[in-house]
Amino acid sequence: MGKPFNALIVGVGGQGTLLASKVLGEAARLSGFDVKQSEVHGMAQRGGSVVTHVRFGDKVYTPLVEMGQADLIIAFEKLEALRWAEYLKPGGVIVVNDLEIPPIPVILGAASYPEAVYERLEQAGISVVRINAVEAARQIGEVRAVNVLLLGVAAKIFGFDKHVWEEAIKTSVSDKSVPVNLAAFNKGWEMQGA
Amino acid sequence: MFSIKRLLSGNEAIARGAYEAGVRAACAYPGTPSTEILENMAQYDEIYCEWAPNEKVAVEVAQGASIAGARAIAAMKHVGVNVAADPMFSFAYTGVNGGFILVSADDPGMHSSQNEQDNRYYAKFMKIALLEPSDSQEAKDFVAAGLEISETFDMPVMLRTTTRISHSKGLVEMGERCELPLKNYEKNVAKYVVIPANARKLRLSLEERLGRLAEYANTFPGNRVEGNGAEFAVITSGIAYQYAREALGDRATYLKLSLTFPLPDTLIREFIAAHPVVYVIEEGEPFLEEQIKALGLKVIGKELFPRIGELSAAIIRQKLLGENAGNPALASDIPVRPPVLCPGCPHRGVFYIINKLGAIVTSDIGCYSLGVLPPLSAVETCVCMGASIGNAMGIAKMRPDKKVVATIGDSTFLHSGVTGLMDVVYNKGILTLVILDNSITGMTGHQHHPGTGFTIKGEPVRQVNLEALVRACGVEKVWIVNAMDLDEVEKALRAALNCGEPAVVITRQPCALIEKEKHRTGYIVNEQCKYCKMCLKLGCPALENKPGKVSINEALCNGCGVCVQVCKFSAIGKAGI
Ligand SMILES: Cc1ncc(C[n+]2csc(CCOP(=O)(O)OP(=O)(O)O)c2C)c(N)n1
Repeated sequence: MGKPFNALIVGVGGQGTLLASKVLGEAARLSGFDVKQSEVHGMAQRGGSVVTHVRFGDKVYTPLVEMGQADLIIAFEKLEALRWAEYLKPGGVIVVNDLEIPPIPVILGAASYPEAVYERLEQAGISVVRINAVEAARQIGEVRAVNVLLLGVAAKIFGFDKHVWEEAIKTSVSDKSVPVNLAAFNKGWEMQGA
Repeated sequence: MFSIKRLLSGNEAIARGAYEAGVRAACAYPGTPSTEILENMAQYDEIYCEWAPNEKVAVEVAQGASIAGARAIAAMKHVGVNVAADPMFSFAYTGVNGGFILVSADDPGMHSSQNEQDNRYYAKFMKIALLEPSDSQEAKDFVAAGLEISETFDMPVMLRTTTRISHSKGLVEMGERCELPLKNYEKNVAKYVVIPANARKLRLSLEERLGRLAEYANTFPGNRVEGNGAEFAVITSGIAYQYAREALGDRATYLKLSLTFPLPDTLIREFIAAHPVVYVIEEGEPFLEEQIKALGLKVIGKELFPRIGELSAAIIRQKLLGENAGNPALASDIPVRPPVLCPGCPHRGVFYIINKLGAIVTSDIGCYSLGVLPPLSAVETCVCMGASIGNAMGIAKMRPDKKVVATIGDSTFLHSGVTGLMDVVYNKGILTLVILDNSITGMTGHQHHPGTGFTIKGEPVRQVNLEALVRACGVEKVWIVNAMDLDEVEKALRAALNCGEPAVVITRQPCALIEKEKHRTGYIVNEQCKYCKMCLKLGCPALENKPGKVSINEALCNGCGVCVQVCKFSAIGKAGI
């Protein structure tokens, strides 16, 4: 592996992007790679736009993915998908949760929620994987597991073994929430296969 | 041997490093990006940990532990060092007994801060050793190295991180704890009592200790030449080292510095002598560059690289290689998503009522600073922790015709608001102080403080009684109200503003993020809605402005009921009723 693999996980503060990036980082570590990741804590977690950078490879220096360098983005919300899409490299993939969370300027009528998000992404030459993760998570009976479910949808792109992912989940969440997170991950994993 | 590597943030690595290096005392006041250091430290039974009421107390307690012979750490965000500066300056004079590290977590780019002060200057100003880790492994290693330096050279050490070190994760090799006995403690007034006669002698010894450390800096293993690229010669430190390596790779030779005060002058002279052109690549202010230039050496630094905001590999590529990053065409018309008060936040309704009063509203640092954003737009000043009260006092004194309201959180009030309130009473100020008491340090992620009744390790303890405290300051007009009962809040505030003396209104309700676990039933909008949009003035993210009507996002609604009280048409009711 020459250049590191670059991924972004983006969303709205409070959606659980940090857990998803933790699992991804652990999976990369368990697969024997050097890993770095950079997170957002603090102010932005109060409903702001949040991003986690995850990089893994033989040797990783900066923890930050640069614009135009991401192999993959997992977006927990549509508008955030559009906001961060410029970080994708040509031919990059974006997994988008089919969910709209209007930001305050939109709620106040000072701005409008962008239209035709998927079309715009596709026109820019980006491969879009669109997923109704909230509905899928509801099917397994845990709407809060949307984060790990989305990771499951994207998981095959990273090329790690399935058992590595399971191990990563077990090291990242409390014992009692292992089963729902495994279920969510598997649900996502199957959806991507379909 | 198979070594265990774990993926740790810089903050987790510092906590681990402290544990392994035999630290016995760790004190902090929370502040992004430093908070997780103490949160992680608290898992170790071997370490006495505390949330101090503010950073000054944190340093003083850790200093006491050091005097008593223990290895000790105090951790804070960059602006916390302003608060703790007083004991730190004297600490440089007295030196240590057990090793002492001050962690300063700086925030270039101001992700969660009011300024981007480069605290490396503090180390130089205080005359203490400065270590700059460039990743999690070094963050851990430099705790042990720093404690050694502290004990060998008899001085406090600053371990300075930045957001991208504190909150970035990297692989870290784990070790065991080395259990160190307490060092001997003896009464030593010549060392620990900085009356002028002693301080003058300590002043001399400080220079002597620094001189020895400056020698050592040239041999410190973290100060070293790396690579042998012929195109560029670079002097760098901290996260900037990673950006430089990413951007320039094998094309450069690097002088990577980690102990950056005092600077390793011989190493630097030799490096510069060996290369025709040398770049100093550092994030923030020209801290290295100024000192290198003061040695009479020539380098290129801030004439090329920005001093404002965060550095990046892309900036280095652009400046040195002329390469530009991709063009941001997709994101042109995208609405911003600023942070907001959470759905169900008890601060929201209070600001809504304050807006009706026509008062000048000063504020402070905490979640409630978000009261500045539209639509509430209530907050008029926000300077530093505790400033709301002093600011309000000054305004009230100069403009006695105006009503003045100061707003402050419970944690911030205990941190540095109490002294401001004493001033108001003592100097006969007329203003109303609103203490937004959500019984936790909210903004930084729910840390306990002296008013919550629990320690950092979750042990129940006696708590400060806010009402008794403000009364003890001499305030006689005190109201305690339910923050989510808008009538009650309004009555109290109007009475307070009109009472003609210092008044305190404590608005009480727990933080919504803690309450969330309790699953209150949410509300829905019924057909009585006239789309007057009154409720939207609350700026609640759960209230959505749909064409022709308002609706409530059930996934977000926390059931606080503030919007119900604002609606004039009884159009909002409990879901399912
Ligand atoms: C000197 C200093 N220390 C720490 C911080 C970080 N900080 C920002 S707000 C805050 C506490 C807020 O708690 P509280 O006053 O209770 O208000 P809440 O956020 O709960 O509404 C802290 C610790 C800071 N900005 N300045």
